[in-house]
Amino acid sequence: MKEIVYKEIDGTSLKYWGLLAGLGAVILGALGSFYYMEHNGHVVTGMTNQIVWGMPHVFAIFLIVAASGALNIASIGSVFGKKLYKPLGRMSAILAIALLAGGLTVLLLDLGRPDRLIVAITTFNFKSIFAWNIILYTGFMGIVGVYLWMMMERKMNKYSTYAGYAAFVWRLILTTGTGSIFGFLVARQAYDAAIMAPMFVVMSFSFGLAIYMLVLFATFQWTDRPLGDVIVNRLKNLLGVFIAAVLYFTVVYHLTNLYATEHHPVESFILSGDTKFTTIFWWGQVIIGSLLPLALLYYPATAASRKWIAIACGLTIYGGFSQLYVILIGGQALPLAIFPEHNILESGFNDGVNGTTHAYTASNPEIILGLGGVAVSLIMVTFAFKILKFVPESLADEVADPHHK
Amino acid sequence: MNEKTENPDLDRRKFLGKALTTGAAATVASGVVLVNVADAKAPEAEASSEVRWGMLVDTAKCTDCGDCVTACNDEHGLNPAEGESEKPLTDSKWIRMVKIEHKSTGKVTSLPMMCQHCENPPCVDVCPTGASFKRPDNIVLVDKHICIGCRYCMMACPYKARSFVHEAIENQVAEAPRGKGTVESCTMCMHLVDDDKNPACVDACKEKALTFGNIKDKASDISIALKNSESRAIREDLGLNPGVRYKGI
Repeated sequence: MKEIVYKEIDGTSLKYWGLLAGLGAVILGALGSFYYMEHNGHVVTGMTNQIVWGMPHVFAIFLIVAASGALNIASIGSVFGKKLYKPLGRMSAILAIALLAGGLTVLLLDLGRPDRLIVAITTFNFKSIFAWNIILYTGFMGIVGVYLWMMMERKMNKYSTYAGYAAFVWRLILTTGTGSIFGFLVARQAYDAAIMAPMFVVMSFSFGLAIYMLVLFATFQWTDRPLGDVIVNRLKNLLGVFIAAVLYFTVVYHLTNLYATEHHPVESFILSGDTKFTTIFWWGQVIIGSLLPLALLYYPATAASRKWIAIACGLTIYGGFSQLYVILIGGQALPLAIFPEHNILESGFNDGVNGTTHAYTASNPEIILGLGGVAVSLIMVTFAFKILKFVPESLADEVADPHHK
Repeated sequence: MNEKTENPDLDRRKFLGKALTTGAAATVASGVVLVNVADAKAPEAEASSEVRWGMLVDTAKCTDCGDCVTACNDEHGLNPAEGESEKPLTDSKWIRMVKIEHKSTGKVTSLPMMCQHCENPPCVDVCPTGASFKRPDNIVLVDKHICIGCRYCMMACPYKARSFVHEAIENQVAEAPRGKGTVESCTMCMHLVDDDKNPACVDACKEKALTFGNIKDKASDISIALKNSESRAIREDLGLNPGVRYKGI
């Protein structure tokens, strides 16, 4: 294994500026959407008093969960001492910060009162898991920032393992906290499950790695840097394990719910209902978003192709969005069981009369705001790669593989 | 030497007399003022943990007339602005009528649903800024000044008692300030309750299906009614100990 040389990307090509301009345009669109929603109120969105968290939250939570997962690559190098992963650490940490920033931007801009950001970060109710998350997110930024500095500053290299440990523990707590936002909601049948916390941790492994791999592939291909098969194959196999692990947690989550009679309504609603949530669960999350990428990653003909591996990553991200859509929106679409022993015959406030479920269609501003969060993450990374030494000059097998002969 | 200095005793007597009169007047007047202040009841002195406001709904008396809903909407300015039509999915509802049918027995019941003013309110637990809070007398409220509009309380409330203000409000009333982008719910008409009056819904009910009072006062009507009849909380299994209880469900 040779010494790894990191080098800024040139960032002078038309393609580079085109990428920045494209991402900038999406961000401008998102700001316009934010202004439109803020000015008119949430009445212009698809969100209602029934579906109170909508598409912006799907994007925000996806990005926040993926952020902690993207850091995994650095953790595997620092905490678990795998030499192969060490050259990937810097990109991993900056991507983690960028994804979190994108997610938080969406979350903030969707608030009813985004102007009260100062209140949100200075007035805490410590019994609220949401308040803990605000502390966990800001702490994550700080700790990963220090970790990154220690990885990049030669004099501080010797401390990077300790910072790596701190960041690893912090990220586990962070995703546990994000999962617990739902796990602690006793009122809703779809939530109120302790398994939400570890399930979100495993989801973060999968989503974060899929995004990381796409960023890695794109960066190395667009800058003509060599990327060897050893790293690609290792990451590919790891992604396969993570996708399978998410499926496992999904199965356990639903089996647990199926065992409890009181949760049968929500299970039949998601698993065998006649709404879009059933379709999105089976087709989006399970088949297209999990089984298909698994097949692509392990079927020899496709597993040997970068293009197919990249497609598998894209499908994993699609599966992740589907999963969060079903959890978040599907979990709210089934009316609350306020009177579990009764049928609702009439209601003045949409309580699910005669089993009616709540409808939700995301409005364009919501979708554009969510995409804006993705663009914020990507533009940060694109810019960071140009100004500092995050990207190795080469990850060819003879450079990156510690066992290369 | 002038006259005043020639009769100092007279001057002193006059002075003392006036002083005493003024003093007595001041004492009485200040007492009157104090009594007035006491009558006015400073708002911060109102909420006491010696009191727990509660409500008992007798569903057998409820005729599903909706007068309680109308009264609440009028009291808090919840009706659509002039020329505006209702938006059932996004308009705020602080109280609503629900008609339910028991799955096994088929018994049909109508009842009003509003914030249940829990002793252990999930909305207060989850609120990141502490904007959802409980007064010492157990009225659960939203502090509109620090609500950031995250809607986590709406996710947490088992009773769907809260509404998010989805658009600018034009027809506000002074007693119930509201704001776009914040969450709101039944305040148990605290502005009336603090003035020793009943909540608007209670007074509006012609059938007297709603009994309101201090459930910590064993002699109150509500305490006696609760003691002498079967009542239950909605979603009793959650252990939230709501201040609103129902007879006949």
